[in-house]
Amino acid sequence: MTDLVPGKRLRSNVGDTEIIVVRSPATQIELSCGGQSMTANLETVAAATTSTDENDTVLGKRYVDTDTGLEVLCTKPGPGVLTADGRQLTVKAPTALPASD
Amino acid sequence: MNVLTLLDMAATGTPDRVGVGRLTYSELLDRARAGAALLVAHGVDELVYVGENADDFAVALFAAAWAGIPLVPLNYRLSRDALERLLAHHPNALVISDLLVPTTARTVTVAQWRASSAEPAGDVSPCSDDPEAVAVMLYTSGTTSEPKAAILRHRHLTSYLLGSVEFGAADEQEAVVVSVPPYHIAGVSNLLSNICAGRRVVYLETFTAQGWLDCVRSERITHALLVPTMLAKITEYLGQTPSADVPTLRSLAYGGAKMPIPVLERAIRLFPAVDFVNAYGLTETSSTIAVLGPQDHRAAVQDDPVARARLCSAGRLLPGIEVEIRGPGGVLSDGAAGDIHVRGEQVSGEYRGAGSSLDSDGWFATRDRGWVDEDGYLFVEGRSDDTIIRGGENIAPAEIEDVLLEHPAVADVAVLGIPDEHWGQDIAAAVVFRPGHTASTEELRQWARARLRGSKTPALIVVRDALPQTATGKVLRRELLADLLATELASTT
Repeated sequence: MTDLVPGKRLRSNVGDTEIIVVRSPATQIELSCGGQSMTANLETVAAATTSTDENDTVLGKRYVDTDTGLEVLCTKPGPGVLTADGRQLTVKAPTALPASD
Repeated sequence: MNVLTLLDMAATGTPDRVGVGRLTYSELLDRARAGAALLVAHGVDELVYVGENADDFAVALFAAAWAGIPLVPLNYRLSRDALERLLAHHPNALVISDLLVPTTARTVTVAQWRASSAEPAGDVSPCSDDPEAVAVMLYTSGTTSEPKAAILRHRHLTSYLLGSVEFGAADEQEAVVVSVPPYHIAGVSNLLSNICAGRRVVYLETFTAQGWLDCVRSERITHALLVPTMLAKITEYLGQTPSADVPTLRSLAYGGAKMPIPVLERAIRLFPAVDFVNAYGLTETSSTIAVLGPQDHRAAVQDDPVARARLCSAGRLLPGIEVEIRGPGGVLSDGAAGDIHVRGEQVSGEYRGAGSSLDSDGWFATRDRGWVDEDGYLFVEGRSDDTIIRGGENIAPAEIEDVLLEHPAVADVAVLGIPDEHWGQDIAAAVVFRPGHTASTEELRQWARARLRGSKTPALIVVRDALPQTATGKVLRRELLADLLATELASTT
């Protein structure tokens, strides 16, 4: 189990997905992508998995686990759903702000 | 998290899209890598940039982020003495400048920097993700005191960006013209926000009204940020033209100093199809903390009196920002004016050599005075230090400035307190007339007296060709006060 502190980067074991932790969870959790634990070893080459659009992670989206407050940012997209202890992470709705700068 | 991550993501998602100037995101990332290699090879602690708005600035910002060292942008228009005083704080830096800068640190010209960063880089270690690393040091404008270097760490800037910009939300046609200087927080946040949004950044090196309009037309600009003096110059330049003829422009944000309402109303008339956005923030808060949006502006010009009053406000706070208005006895209720305090993850409030100025609960004293209405609109009256205390009465210069600005002959004005034996302080105003207009100082005093109480009528009004200002249009009140005191002395001797 990896310590999910802000700034921590993790990589999927089933595809190209990479995330960075934005907000820590309140309790220790297991973060997975496509049903397999994510790894802090960024050099790992994941086995090729067939992409199924609706289950892909999306670049630049933030995903949250409402139970623990975990928030991650997808820095590289890939196949597979993100889960925290089996719970599916949800996409954090973007803030509807006008461009101010 | 490091701001470089956002560029890395842009280069992953849309590598071939032009991001800054003529550089694509992947080219910008390559240059940042090469720049970082140079910084690491020289073993420098900081990267100082003393130059104009250009792609080179963007490369410098991300190269420093990659190397894990702060970028320190300095104002290239400063006097040699002022520059020397600032550079003395950065002896182990690499300095990028075309000026013969007074420093013992290693110096390269902008062209040398550009050439080195355009070469393919060797091996560079990946950037550290340390959120505590310092991203930029920005010297505050120092309108009332000596400039201080505000420290913004990567965690401050990234929480601002993640909280206010949707990654990659811009469509491919969108482009922003950046005309605010790189040594100002708006120059830093403008660059980062637009890279995050995926909106092409076009730099305008030197601002003129015609140059800006030409750029908007030729580059098919959709978004822009202006400081009030720039918008004033554009409206003066367009004069009685029915509209500005900038068909691609969708959004015009303004901030950096107080916007005179007559200028804003002229601008809304000249840019009828454009969304206006007022952004309020400070260097120490990683840029914007409150926004008055397009709907608020539209309602204001449709004779809605509440909305019209709110045109003078900074709008509502960003979701991640809390505000408290404090007086001598503690937190004040809605509607009462006091010192604006803010709290949030993007708020730094830290200065080089002085540490954090946040209180134990994380609140930052902005040193601005203001109040919040019942719907959460923040009204900023000006710097607390500028408040005039005349015979025990607190007077916000902004209130008097607003009234004088309504006079048709007045283009610009600053009101400040001058020492007075009887009142402690009395009110002085320095006005600048619009081209081809004039008025007597007695007429201006009558104008003020008719609209404000007698106690708020300036005792002294002087006329100047221009006010001493920072590049973003903040009045340098120290200089103006010295000028007014000299004027008063001359008239009494």
